[in-house]
Amino acid sequence: MGEVKRENAAEALLARHGAPRQGSEWAQAARRAARGRVLAMGAAGRRDEYWRYTNPAALNANDAPDVEILKLDETPVFDGVEKLLITFVDGVYAPEHSDDLSGEGLEISTLAEALGADIHWAQDVFGVLESNGQTPVKRPFAALNTATAGQGVVIRATGKVSKPVALRYCREKTTSEALIHHVIRVESGADLTVLENGAGAARLNTVMEVDVAEGGAFHHLRAQGRDHARLATTAIFARLAAESHFKSFTLTVNGKLTRNEVVIDIDGDNTKASVAGASLGDGDFLHDDTIFITHDAVNCESRQVFKKVLKNGATGVFQGKILVQPDAQKTDGYQISQGLLLDEDSNFLAKPELEIYADDVACSHGSTCGAVDENAMFYLMSRGVPRKQAQNMMILAFLDDAIQEIESETLAEDIRARLLGWTERH
Amino acid sequence: MFEIKNLKASLADEDKQILKGMNLKVGPGEVHAIMGPNGSGKSTTSYVAAGKGGYVVDEGEVLLNGENLLDMEPDERAAAGLFLAFQYPVEIPGVGNMTFLRTAVNSQRKMRGEEELNAAQFLKLVREKAKSLKIDADMLKRPVNVGFSGGEKKRNEILQMAMLEPKMCILDETDSGLDVDAMKLVSEGVNALRDGKRSFLVITHYQRLLDHIKPDVVHIMADGRIIKTGGPELALEVEHNGYADLLNEVA
Repeated sequence: MGEVKRENAAEALLARHGAPRQGSEWAQAARRAARGRVLAMGAAGRRDEYWRYTNPAALNANDAPDVEILKLDETPVFDGVEKLLITFVDGVYAPEHSDDLSGEGLEISTLAEALGADIHWAQDVFGVLESNGQTPVKRPFAALNTATAGQGVVIRATGKVSKPVALRYCREKTTSEALIHHVIRVESGADLTVLENGAGAARLNTVMEVDVAEGGAFHHLRAQGRDHARLATTAIFARLAAESHFKSFTLTVNGKLTRNEVVIDIDGDNTKASVAGASLGDGDFLHDDTIFITHDAVNCESRQVFKKVLKNGATGVFQGKILVQPDAQKTDGYQISQGLLLDEDSNFLAKPELEIYADDVACSHGSTCGAVDENAMFYLMSRGVPRKQAQNMMILAFLDDAIQEIESETLAEDIRARLLGWTERH
Repeated sequence: MFEIKNLKASLADEDKQILKGMNLKVGPGEVHAIMGPNGSGKSTTSYVAAGKGGYVVDEGEVLLNGENLLDMEPDERAAAGLFLAFQYPVEIPGVGNMTFLRTAVNSQRKMRGEEELNAAQFLKLVREKAKSLKIDADMLKRPVNVGFSGGEKKRNEILQMAMLEPKMCILDETDSGLDVDAMKLVSEGVNALRDGKRSFLVITHYQRLLDHIKPDVVHIMADGRIIKTGGPELALEVEHNGYADLLNEVA
């Protein structure tokens, strides 16, 4: 079958998810605008510059795949952490499995409630950050999400938040499709941690728009579901004001296709942003991190640290960009992407990009790809460590640079335990 | 105890035989030294015995208490009681020295069917041994050999040896890169492990190490085999006259 015409594919995507839901006039307008964006840009295709390594066909296809639900008897990730839990089942908010939507320093409501009301700050964020993030790179799945998603939460952190907000995505139907859209505002001086975990659906599309005000701090930690054949496309759009901090870390083990996009606009001076990820893939696995960080302020620091362990034909993709605008002097940009290939069949595809228009900046980037160091393996084994265990030690050591980007040592230890579990199972 | 029998080994990547019929026998509690010019196959002997990749054994056996080590994986050789102190200890970023050591000790105990050490037992033991080698707590916490000085790396090797309590220790140019004080410290560490049963094979270029670790037997190696065996006086002879006379003798 030949490729469907772009416009038709975009229309098909919109049609699949029905007409936009009810909401106040501003929300309707934002959704209509997003709909217009989808139609104007068309569906993602292999000829697009940022879809060369990842085939979007399964994400565009009419039907979500039938994905077996993984039954686990282990303790779920973040289980030991005190948190405000919000559960979605097959992409639908499940109040009976969630805590009350209230907490110290927090205002939380569902997306449906918020879009039906006149929340001033939300009008400045919903669909706005996503729309800003469409230039210069098109992100049709994110626009589709804004246009059609009816589920999600809207969070405003107004002060020191005592515990993390945990978004849990459960699955009950094997063929479910979900679009979830979160809108987050971290006010000046507030500090918010958001945790996400679970596969959520056979095909999941999430968007998180995060607006961090001056001096605010946002920490994001995510463990994507382990169901083997699941598909996911996610996008985070962040706008960072002066003196703010932003950190996002994603752990991905398994999944047939995962596309994680992070788009950050650094708008205020003396800001720090870090995006990191550790992924482990065995077999039919494609994991794509596509990052775009724009420095548009003075004396800011950004870090991208991505590590992928791949075996049995798994593929890892990294497309990371640092754009430094003419006035963004004293920028410190760092980017590293590394693939550890455990056999000859696996692939790591990396496209690091730097585009710098300011003259007083320090930007460094590196990308490496290789096998486990045989000398180190021999050293470990010569002390009595069996081959498999020695390799696991090397894998965990390889991933640890990414784990170290996590602010909380407790959460970092939780992630390390998951990684160890994976290495022991594979 | 430890015996190398007619060992012939080549580099896997090129058709070049390095060991050409090596024979050696170390009895319980004995210290043997191997000296020899560069390229004679000293380090290769240690690598082949420990099971490093990149070599092909063409012929022969390496026996430890009657078991042929060449049939085993490197970790199994370690559990059987072999220890190789590396000439160039490998740096492993991201792997904590303490984690590594505990994993190694317990892996060996497990393979031998012994009970594993718990965290408290292990900590007590490692602190005690580290102290005598002047290894501080900071060195134990750091990643394996990363940022260690030459002397620290060699002391770390001896600490591993002390913790693993092997039956047979091969020291591959442990004196290289050490100053006089460090060499003394390392030698004391080795001598402390001499208990009348544990055996040692010390590979070195220089006689001075043998002033500290006194050998029972000295072998001279050239072109992939032992060409002469004698007492400690043989090392002194080499120190004064070099290898030329010995090589001419056998030629």
